[in-house]
Amino acid sequence: MTDRTERTEPTRPSGPSGPAPRVRVTGPPRRHRSPLPRGADIDADTALGDVYLGSLLRAQLGLAARVLLLLVVGVGSLPLVFHLFPSLARVDVAGLPLSWLLLGVAVYPYLLMLGLHYVRRAEHNEASFAELLSHRDPEDRR
Amino acid sequence: MTLDAAPAIVAVTLVTLATLTIGSFGLRLSRTTSDFFVASRAVNPRLNASAIGGEYLSAASFLGIAGLVLTLGAEMLWYPIGWTAGYLVLLVLVAAPLRRSGAYTLPDFAEARLASRGVRALCSMLVVAIGWLYLMPQLQGAGITLHTIAEAPTWLGPVLVAAVVAANVGSGGMRSVTLVQAFQYWLKLTALLVPGMVLLAVWLGDGAPRAMGGGEWSLPIADGGASGLYTTYSLILATFLGTMGLPHVSVRFYTNPDGAAARRTTVVVLGLLGAFYLFPPLFGALGRVYGAGPLAADTVVLELPRLMVDGALGEVLTGLVAAGAFAAFLSTSSGLAIAIAGVLSQDVIAPTLAARRVSGVTAFRLAGVVAVAVPCLAALAMPNVGVARAVGLAFAVAASTFCPLLLLGIWWRRLTAVGAALGLLVGFAGSGTAVVWTLGGWSAGGWWDTLLAQPAAWSVPAAFATMVGASLLTAEHVPPHTNRLLVRLHTPETVELDRG
Repeated sequence: MTDRTERTEPTRPSGPSGPAPRVRVTGPPRRHRSPLPRGADIDADTALGDVYLGSLLRAQLGLAARVLLLLVVGVGSLPLVFHLFPSLARVDVAGLPLSWLLLGVAVYPYLLMLGLHYVRRAEHNEASFAELLSHRDPEDRR
Repeated sequence: MTLDAAPAIVAVTLVTLATLTIGSFGLRLSRTTSDFFVASRAVNPRLNASAIGGEYLSAASFLGIAGLVLTLGAEMLWYPIGWTAGYLVLLVLVAAPLRRSGAYTLPDFAEARLASRGVRALCSMLVVAIGWLYLMPQLQGAGITLHTIAEAPTWLGPVLVAAVVAANVGSGGMRSVTLVQAFQYWLKLTALLVPGMVLLAVWLGDGAPRAMGGGEWSLPIADGGASGLYTTYSLILATFLGTMGLPHVSVRFYTNPDGAAARRTTVVVLGLLGAFYLFPPLFGALGRVYGAGPLAADTVVLELPRLMVDGALGEVLTGLVAAGAFAAFLSTSSGLAIAIAGVLSQDVIAPTLAARRVSGVTAFRLAGVVAVAVPCLAALAMPNVGVARAVGLAFAVAASTFCPLLLLGIWWRRLTAVGAALGLLVGFAGSGTAVVWTLGGWSAGGWWDTLLAQPAAWSVPAAFATMVGASLLTAEHVPPHTNRLLVRLHTPETVELDRG
């Protein structure tokens, strides 16, 4: 990434209506702005870069753990609950057995809700990370 | 064959023709090897999610669940729950990093992460093994379906589906298959939703009768006290963790443009699967109420419309359901065949035929034929394995092998090639023994049968423990590029990095 150089030919002063300045490209085209300095820390595998990455990894893994905990508590606990209280299988709600309503219907909106929550939080974590790495005005990147 | 079967035969023929026609559009679109493998990574999230749904909802979902619910009751609701929750686990732990790894297949991921040809070869073998184990019941389901609706010989279904899939995969690869599968998700949903609603109306019209002996049947855990609890939790573990390790699921993530799109696609998939899985248990429960025999386990979805609705309407509904079932066999089999063919062509056929300068696309087509021929023969040889049970075993193998590899590979810096290889071998040996035992129909009585029928609860922890332990013992062999690779897996694409 050090040799992505672009040199602009010495400039003729060009007025608003003048021809666009000629550009000689001597390296592969750059699609984005120059690498951000703190991104370079991560690239160079410095201790500072390690800290940045570690913070993102911990945030994402913590988020994943919270969502999975909600999955285990909300769904994974059901067999144990029905094992301990087998009479629940005879409970009816609105004319249908409770176990069928829970396992056949209610589980799916719950899973979808967990998924939506995760995506929102994960994208938020990534946006904060990108902001942390941006040495420029953080407000601009929102 | 009777005249009654006409709507069903017409419907199955139409689905097969539509699949081949949409597939042939792909022939004009697919130009490069990258098109063939991953649709050149340019599929938008909604289309991609429909395609994932279409590919994932297999014969086991369409026919198997209703049959299991009919015979065994509410404990079998854990199959569809696990198959959906597996996508949630995939979403939170694997989706975005897997996409950012930039690899085509699971073996590619393993090689990129661990820099080891040995682990790659092991993964290729596992992809083929899991894929074949999953393909076989799809083809069996096709045989059962044609036999039920038209009294065709049971060999006809497997041969027909295998031929259509091989032709489709060879003609357009991943891009044409993406279109076909997106179409097939909506077809499958319609094929259960419309008959489901009609049958529900008939049931309400009859005064909403209840089946006899509701209590035991509504208990959502397997029989037998502690061993029942073990069986249920082992099934939950296998399905929750196995989804991420299925070869045709992971290959789908490479068709997303970036990590964030991979996540959003997965959430849409959660919604699509949840909507679909409301219906198969309904068919099973109504089958119980209306007295479908337990012998009809895998065909209750097909039989029920005729059983509950007389005359032409019943036949038309049967035709619709049969069309959906055929869509299920074709789409899941196509996805699996592509994943298997991708691995076979890259790791077996292309190297073998390198001297003859065979092109990548030719090798892929050849691999497609091999990928469906083997499970087709197995389906003909073993026609009596329950569809959902065989698929459940494929999940257990995936959960015991690729799940630890993916989770530790993505989240743990100290994984080594030796640790990964030993963990894969232990997981495969454990779950593979259980598969052979169960498919072979042996029995040793008591807890042995319980443990071998649902191996995940012991084989998954064993694989994780081996992978972690052996990695710690070979700590000096952690690949030097590990940090750089983990950066690539977890950093959002908006941050500019050297992604080399």
